[in-house]
Amino acid sequence: MPQQDTQQIRDTVDAIYRAESRRVLATLIRLLGDFDLAEEALHEAFRAAIKQWPDDGVPANPRAWLVSTGRFKAVDEMRRTARFDPLDDAVAERLAGEAGDMSTLMDDELEDDRLRLIFTCCHPALPSDAQVALTLREVCGLTTEEIARAFLTAAPTLAQRIVRAKNKIKVARIPYEVPERDALAQRLDNVLRVIYLVFNEGYSASSGASLTRSDLSEEAIRLGRLLVELLPEPEAMGLLALMLLQESRRAARASPDGELILLDAQDRSLWNRAMIAEGTQLMTRALMSRRFGPYTLQAAIACVHAEASEPGATDWAEIVGLYDLLLRIEPSPVVELNRAVAVAMRDGPAAGLGLIDALLARGDLADYHLAHAARADFCRRLGRTGEAREAYERALALTQVEPERRFLQGRLNELAH
Amino acid sequence: MKYLCLVYYQESEIGQMSADAWDTLNSECLAYGETIAKSGHRLGGEALEPTHTATTVRVRNGRVSTTDGPFAETKEQLAGFYFIEAENLDDAIEVAAGIPPARLGSIEIRPVRQLSRSGNTR
Repeated sequence: MPQQDTQQIRDTVDAIYRAESRRVLATLIRLLGDFDLAEEALHEAFRAAIKQWPDDGVPANPRAWLVSTGRFKAVDEMRRTARFDPLDDAVAERLAGEAGDMSTLMDDELEDDRLRLIFTCCHPALPSDAQVALTLREVCGLTTEEIARAFLTAAPTLAQRIVRAKNKIKVARIPYEVPERDALAQRLDNVLRVIYLVFNEGYSASSGASLTRSDLSEEAIRLGRLLVELLPEPEAMGLLALMLLQESRRAARASPDGELILLDAQDRSLWNRAMIAEGTQLMTRALMSRRFGPYTLQAAIACVHAEASEPGATDWAEIVGLYDLLLRIEPSPVVELNRAVAVAMRDGPAAGLGLIDALLARGDLADYHLAHAARADFCRRLGRTGEAREAYERALALTQVEPERRFLQGRLNELAH
Repeated sequence: MKYLCLVYYQESEIGQMSADAWDTLNSECLAYGETIAKSGHRLGGEALEPTHTATTVRVRNGRVSTTDGPFAETKEQLAGFYFIEAENLDDAIEVAAGIPPARLGSIEIRPVRQLSRSGNTR
């Protein structure tokens, strides 16, 4: 075969790997009942594709071919090593005995496997950081090194986390299933939480020099899209909407030299209109279902901001109303803080300050830098300079993100003049 | 009178043992199980998988919460045990959530580990 065609096949295999490898893996995990075996089988299948496709041509259904080949290779390998472990032997025989024609694999079934993989990686019996790592590794196909870099963790630590999580899945027998209807809502909450954790790590890095790690946000949005496609529940749509609406401001929220720009000072022409449109549409669909939750409401709030052509045009009364609803379904001090800021915009800084002081007096947010930053801002606007300075200093002492520190330091310097 | 004998050790210490020493300890456990069976003392007993495979279940306000790890509050004391057969962890969680004190304290679920003379996992 001419060199050029071989290269063409390789490109095709690469493209199929990018598009199909996670689907094929998800199905192999179900068929083989083991993450490590399935990963090994996936690589064997692609190795076989590179070897055989240049001669045999690309099969009509590459996905089914890869699943079938991967499973065959795994069974073969198990048979070869079975003399050391009679248990594996039994598994191999069972696998080989099952109906072997993979070309009949239904696409629906494969899509179910992707959903199974998501729910298994986000099982609440796994440690929270392991759920995130495992989801990025298995569902998104990021390498251990990529995940470690994104979370500023040492690669061996992260690898160990993934190994332990897979070990627990196997040993404690975490099922490879989409939960039944009554357990679904609670388990879906956990999947959404993991996706939003990934998004937030990319949107506002919890430490380090750079304000955002956009790759993680993109990955989270991709996950959100996949979930909506596989399981179009209102809150899954709400979360995707929220992420799109927040992501739409990315270009506007930091200056070219990495300085933080708050919402009211952002150049709104930099907001991504396509993302806003898509987010708004998803949010509306979720709201209309009447089965929406906190993500949809947060998306609705982001939407009110997106609709304002300039900060002065923001409908703060609407935002306060949405926060009231949010507090009713999910009471939290951080939501109360955000509501206080909205109230300050509607009724003036004195009203906001009263709410924040009551919140801080309860002690819930004493160590949360944004509570002190908001208090500082209200005091500044009320001309209470001494109190403002104290609050900025308190906020500064509580955050490690460099651009946020520079922003707060800038405000402090302005007060000194 | 029936008694429950609970076995405690530091997993970190076990982790540092050589594979041979670990297998020897497991073989001793198997042998001791036979000894006390012969003497008529043994009613049952199993080894457990390490703590990182544990899952803790609580029920508060009718809602089941599941967390990783053996995170009973230090102020909680062992009050009883159920030895169950379940299809998988979700099935076990459902059973555990039905145990009445799950509403007051916590139920730790630990998979049973098969003892063998060699090749024991840790």
